[in-house]
Amino acid sequence: MILYVVRRLAQSALVLFVMSALVFAGVYAIGNPVDILINPQADQAEIERATAALGLDQPLPLQYWNFLAGAFAGELGRSFASNVSALDLILQRMPATVELALTAMVIAILLGLPLGLWAGLKPDTAAAKTIMAGSILGFSLPTFWVGLMLIMVFSVWLGWLPPTGRGETVPLFGIEVSFLTWDGLRHLFMPALNLALFKLALLIRLTRAGTREAMVQDYVRFARAKGVSETRIVRVHVLKNILIPIVTVIGLEFGSVIAFAIVTETIFAWPGMGKLLIDSINVLDRPVIVAYLLVIVVLFVMINLVVDLLYTALDPRVRLQAART
Amino acid sequence: MTAIAAPVSRSSELFASFVRSRIALAALVLLCAIVLAAVFSPVISPQNPYNLAELDIMDSKMPPGTKSADGRTFVLGTDEQGRDMLSAILYGLRISLGVGVISTVIALTLGLIIGLAAGYAGGWVDALIMRIVDLQLSFPSILIALVLLAVLGQGVDKIVIALVFVQWAYYARTVRSSALVEKRKEYVDAAVCLAYGPWRILYRHILPNCLPPLIVVATVQVAHAIALEATLSFLGLGMPITSPSLGLLIANGYAHLLSGKYWMSFFPGVALLATIVAINLVGDHLRDVLNPRLQT
Repeated sequence: MILYVVRRLAQSALVLFVMSALVFAGVYAIGNPVDILINPQADQAEIERATAALGLDQPLPLQYWNFLAGAFAGELGRSFASNVSALDLILQRMPATVELALTAMVIAILLGLPLGLWAGLKPDTAAAKTIMAGSILGFSLPTFWVGLMLIMVFSVWLGWLPPTGRGETVPLFGIEVSFLTWDGLRHLFMPALNLALFKLALLIRLTRAGTREAMVQDYVRFARAKGVSETRIVRVHVLKNILIPIVTVIGLEFGSVIAFAIVTETIFAWPGMGKLLIDSINVLDRPVIVAYLLVIVVLFVMINLVVDLLYTALDPRVRLQAART
Repeated sequence: MTAIAAPVSRSSELFASFVRSRIALAALVLLCAIVLAAVFSPVISPQNPYNLAELDIMDSKMPPGTKSADGRTFVLGTDEQGRDMLSAILYGLRISLGVGVISTVIALTLGLIIGLAAGYAGGWVDALIMRIVDLQLSFPSILIALVLLAVLGQGVDKIVIALVFVQWAYYARTVRSSALVEKRKEYVDAAVCLAYGPWRILYRHILPNCLPPLIVVATVQVAHAIALEATLSFLGLGMPITSPSLGLLIANGYAHLLSGKYWMSFFPGVALLATIVAINLVGDHLRDVLNPRLQT
């Protein structure tokens, strides 16, 4: 087990290294880095001074080394637009995005698991067919358009919910959160629902497929023969077995929720790091783009690592296999 | 003889299977109608929405069903420049479908070549290619496309490049896994015994047998590509203003949504949704029919 964890950690470090090299190549090597990192209004003398200051007259491997060292020290350049550290800007916006993504995940799980179970246990009923048709629709609906329609219905026509912004926040362990105030909740609901929709459809399908497979297994038949009640079979035997793949998918999908938050945050003007990325792309604030990329790569590698380790902890079969190899 | 007869019976079988499933047939009819409408949009549109001579600023922001001063009816309303929404949607459909199909075909070809090479060559070539594929697939496509467009800039060619880049890995992985299976089959051994060269075996024998799963992936990927293009255009990073795809129409309508003028972004979205649903349903059906495990 320890050997497995160590090897998995080494693998993550390798992926991080490769991705940092790609980001470096993408932003520093393609195109003139001076154009990218220095204010375009600078004059010739200023450009030369900055080139030397940034170490751009040095050989490429040495530049990459400096870039890595800077990244480790949390120095990823300053934003053109606001002249503060790009990394600080990202980290400052991160809690809003994480709050939105977590809420979306919770909505998807709370609705998706029961609906999927229902559709899997009674596959021939009208309700199950409606659920499945809904999940196909959930897959096909373009997320950004659904967001607009939510605004149209709940903000413009009904006037129940505010269309944009984050609302009132209160600090929780030093981090500003929206979900503890009524105003914040009202702002949070629509973007979170919008972001949850696609994952909800995915979870319904996964749970349904898992349930249908589990219901014909020998252990279910045996439990029935033993006289175990149907509720207990579903709650204890079926749920336990289908949860392993579902937990994995939930973990892996969390990264993609953070990525798709870019779209949702732009629609609802939610002040997270996804909206920051789009704003930065629009004004070509490249240090912020680089910082966002590195932060998201680290996040992804960490999520993958945690999911893999959780998987090993949850499923003894994987653990045994890992120990043998 | 059998070699000629087989594909004919296969395609008629496919057609018969569509007739049997009502939903799949409806989706296929809808998809055909959408494609025809997109192809013939200049002929069937009530007006050319990008010919400024045909637009009248007096007709701007009219709700659906209003009559204009010269007696025409705007079935789906008009946008802020007095453009008929129905015409704009038909033209936009053409651009969205075009970009989706072109990028899918290029990505398919690229993925096919790379996947076949990986599956047939094996060894370190395979390992290297598959590591790259895994690495790319572990990041969401929207993120990769956004970053590419941020580096490349705007333009139709740029968005096609971005869409190709996010898609090729799916095809490479699909082709590789079927090439691995096909490689071990007896007909390949027979071809090797006949002293056929590796290229001939690869392209004449293995490739045709890898195509069915690839076609299924490709159908669904066209829908993904169209949705992704629409999303990127909505974010202002996709199509330029000169090629207004459905996504761009929705983005333009967004500005008027809060004042209750829903039709400018609602109807292009419906067109987008109908296209994606139709493609997904046809793709689902193709998967069921072409899946060898479900065949009796």
